[in-house]
Amino acid sequence: MATTPWEDELTRSLKEQFGEAINEFSIYLGQPFLVARLEAVIPILEYLKLEADFDYLVDVTAVDYPQRAERFDLVYILYSFARNQRIRVKTRIAEGYEPATAVNVHLTANWLEREVFDMFGIRFVGHPDMRRILLPEDWHGHPLRKDHPITRVDERWVKENLGIDSAQ
Amino acid sequence: MPDTFLDATELVLNMGPQHPSTHGVLRVILKLDGEKVLGAECVIGYLHRGVEKIGENRTWAQFAPYVDRTDYVAAVSNGLGYCLAVEKLLNLEAPPRAQVTRVILTELQRIASHLVWLGTHALDIGAQTPLFYCFREREPIMNIFEKYCGARLTTHAFRIGGLQYDLYDGFEQDVRAVCDMLPAKVNDYEQLLTANRIWVGRTKGVGILTAEDCKQYGVTGPMLRASGVKWDLRKAQPYSGYEQYDFEIPTGENGDTFDRYMVRIQEMRQSVRILKQAVDRIPDGPITAKVPKVLRPPVGEAYVSIEAPKGELGYFVVSDGGTQPYRVRIRPPSFINLQALDRMARGSLVADVVAIIGTIDIVLGEVDR
Repeated sequence: MATTPWEDELTRSLKEQFGEAINEFSIYLGQPFLVARLEAVIPILEYLKLEADFDYLVDVTAVDYPQRAERFDLVYILYSFARNQRIRVKTRIAEGYEPATAVNVHLTANWLEREVFDMFGIRFVGHPDMRRILLPEDWHGHPLRKDHPITRVDERWVKENLGIDSAQ
Repeated sequence: MPDTFLDATELVLNMGPQHPSTHGVLRVILKLDGEKVLGAECVIGYLHRGVEKIGENRTWAQFAPYVDRTDYVAAVSNGLGYCLAVEKLLNLEAPPRAQVTRVILTELQRIASHLVWLGTHALDIGAQTPLFYCFREREPIMNIFEKYCGARLTTHAFRIGGLQYDLYDGFEQDVRAVCDMLPAKVNDYEQLLTANRIWVGRTKGVGILTAEDCKQYGVTGPMLRASGVKWDLRKAQPYSGYEQYDFEIPTGENGDTFDRYMVRIQEMRQSVRILKQAVDRIPDGPITAKVPKVLRPPVGEAYVSIEAPKGELGYFVVSDGGTQPYRVRIRPPSFINLQALDRMARGSLVADVVAIIGTIDIVLGEVDR
């Protein structure tokens, strides 16, 4: 299956609204997605919610491509109850760059973004509670980064909190 | 005014992580004014095993048993979601015999999951009897799983592309026996609880979530339906041939703990309805599609979700063309539904928090992954 262009009424209105800020509209395996510039993502989510009924943020997650200059893909999966349609909004961000939070658009982004921070070390600006969520708060390392080996643990944390030399 | 402890109006109370009503290791920090809850904060991660990281270090097929261990009271549903996601990447579909078998086993699993929920939820609120009844009725379902694949809890029932095992002799008979037995038992639970004054007092008007709240928090499954939204992925975006079955989506009106109870009770009845139709039409034919020994899905990504017993369970899978997933993201319904706890608990009493945690129907294995 090849990636095909995604063109319909929705993409036309998005192009009109955001123009150059959206680089790509595609469909892969029947699933539409768009790739946008980082600074346009929150306005796009807001527009999609208010003007196009994409009122349910299904998931926020990231994918790490360490060999790329902009190493992370940030992925927002959206669903519209009215249209019964699911789309993905993707963007690329470089190491150390802090994207804006989506909490003001979708409350559910709160924990989802905390998990992205926990696992990838991507901090969200304007997030009301930017702490780790699954790992202990004083843990070091972001395990879902590709340069984080599967066997690595935070030895210092393990020693201090569990009193053993290694968790392995 | 003297500065004494008695003047303190706000009290911070730790509930859990070791607390019988948190269904695992969930810690809730409550801020109280007397008995009234001013806010609740969840501390999670005690069961974090790094399932998504493990996925990147196993082959596509090897990772399938791991997903069973996220929501471990609904392992069959997890497996279905993962298999469908990888099948999507491979652009193939399981043959009809496998699809009908998958529907039967996942619907049995939905009933089993709801039974565990009902038993423990009722126990939390103070009704002991339903627990024993629910586990008694869950037993024949577990037996079917055991006879089918050898495991009762973490079943690894499905394979990418179809099934590993064909149905055993007498499978249809066993499923029909469950279908015949269950409706009367569900009536029994209802007789114990639905009009019970204590039950109604403890659940009506407790932990209300409006439809708007649900959408804001991404809450799905029975919780969303109890708020009056008629949305079920089996109907909205059917998979595994669900469009061929005749069933209803039960909904509630008030979005409170009682409505969520009623929705799940009715869902068990609807599952029986699906089971009866499915078991009569198990087609002959192969049980697995033509799948290569070593799976190398083409480069690309896909998101596939199913209606798990707890809500929308999604898998976002990314392939770099290799034998191992480049990324597997599990979109867990429990994790996202739990986020609404604070909203539901505010303004209620401490005792209601127990009812509210129960009504979300969380499994910590899935919350923490």
